[in-house]
Amino acid sequence: MPPAQEMAGPAISVAGLRRDYGDRPALEGVDFELAAGASLVVLGPNGAGKTTLLRILATLLRPSGGDVAVLGCALPDEAWKLRGRIGYLGHEPLLYRDLSGRENLRFQARLYGIERAEAEARIEELLRGVGMERRADERVAELSAGMRQRLSICRCVLHRPELLLLDEPDSNLDAEGRELARGLIGSGVGTTRVVVTHDPERHVPEADQVLRLGIGERAVVS
Amino acid sequence: MTSSRAAFAAILAKDLRSELRTLQSLPAMALFAVTTFVIFRFGLDRTSLSGSLASGVLWATLLFAAVLGINRLFVSEREEGGFDAIRLAPIDRTVLFAAKAAALVVYLAALELVTVPIFAIFFLEDAAGLGPLVAVLLLTDIGLAATGTLISSMAVNSRARDLLVPLVLLPLAVPLMIAATGATEPLLSLGGPSYDRFGTWLMVLGLYDLIFGLVGYAVFDFLLED
Repeated sequence: MPPAQEMAGPAISVAGLRRDYGDRPALEGVDFELAAGASLVVLGPNGAGKTTLLRILATLLRPSGGDVAVLGCALPDEAWKLRGRIGYLGHEPLLYRDLSGRENLRFQARLYGIERAEAEARIEELLRGVGMERRADERVAELSAGMRQRLSICRCVLHRPELLLLDEPDSNLDAEGRELARGLIGSGVGTTRVVVTHDPERHVPEADQVLRLGIGERAVVS
Repeated sequence: MTSSRAAFAAILAKDLRSELRTLQSLPAMALFAVTTFVIFRFGLDRTSLSGSLASGVLWATLLFAAVLGINRLFVSEREEGGFDAIRLAPIDRTVLFAAKAAALVVYLAALELVTVPIFAIFFLEDAAGLGPLVAVLLLTDIGLAATGTLISSMAVNSRARDLLVPLVLLPLAVPLMIAATGATEPLLSLGGPSYDRFGTWLMVLGLYDLIFGLVGYAVFDFLLED
């Protein structure tokens, strides 16, 4: 498992961020800083660039302009230093459909260099945490969207990341699932978090900062 | 960073486990090859082949069967965002190239294990050339795997994937096929195998493998970028 690295300054620093898809700007003029351990909620209408912002912070997209630093690493040049330090929960579950939930988590553990015994203990702990221990040996393709989301949350936090980037973490989850997920990715876990959501009533009260993105408007931090 | 060997083993094991469970590629490849042999058998109206004709029939069939597997090589990564999972992990991304190419070599070897004996039953009077043919098959499989993995990774996100792979792969595979058929022809000669220029063709195959292995290593990271 990658060791937590010492970091001076904010966990995330974004200045003048811009991302274009061809000629169309998807994200413009985004500036904010987020302290280590703090929580940021990103709000905005469809097409405002919330997912684009999250994917840039996760090193999955390159910014078209501006300065971005995550956990002390300037993006995109130092993106390789960040791999393994981020937990990303996106629209796709990032799970292989033909493997079981447990096999998927074991595969992820091997990619992250987690020792076998430690990985098995961590996987069992997480599966219990999301109420999936009895369904973990079924193929992902046979699971409901909500079950996949629970597994995806396990995948996201398996390697104990320093930064959680969560895109609609409650999607497809029932009330029980949302409560269980809170124990792994909620504000109480103490990890720096960026949460994209369409449910401000649930997430804003727990947030230290709120970033509002608008279409064709400057982002506002409060 | 996770060690490249561990990441390679994890991805290769994952791919082989998925294929064993779903049998999405290998049965289709084998069925295609056997059907093609049947068509050649009746189309050519010959009960035995030798030399360049035998070599051509064998390699044309194996190449087109390989395309079926190459088309599906990255489908599991495209579905459900598996590419992102690899890109987020602390691994050298070229490990994905190496593991996928290794998986393809395993698929091709399994295909040949089934179809080459059938080819021999259908067309060969003398199976003595099959022993040294193993070296040709292995070197050609490595070349096809390197080129196929590269092309498949480029084509996987395209809606025209099924068209793009053969269109780009087949021209790139021409030198490989020339060397493979050149090395195979003397092995399948009438009257038993001969080794005329066999070593030279093996070296050409090895050079092709080296070049496309290095090209894949050099550009694969770039291909995974957004």
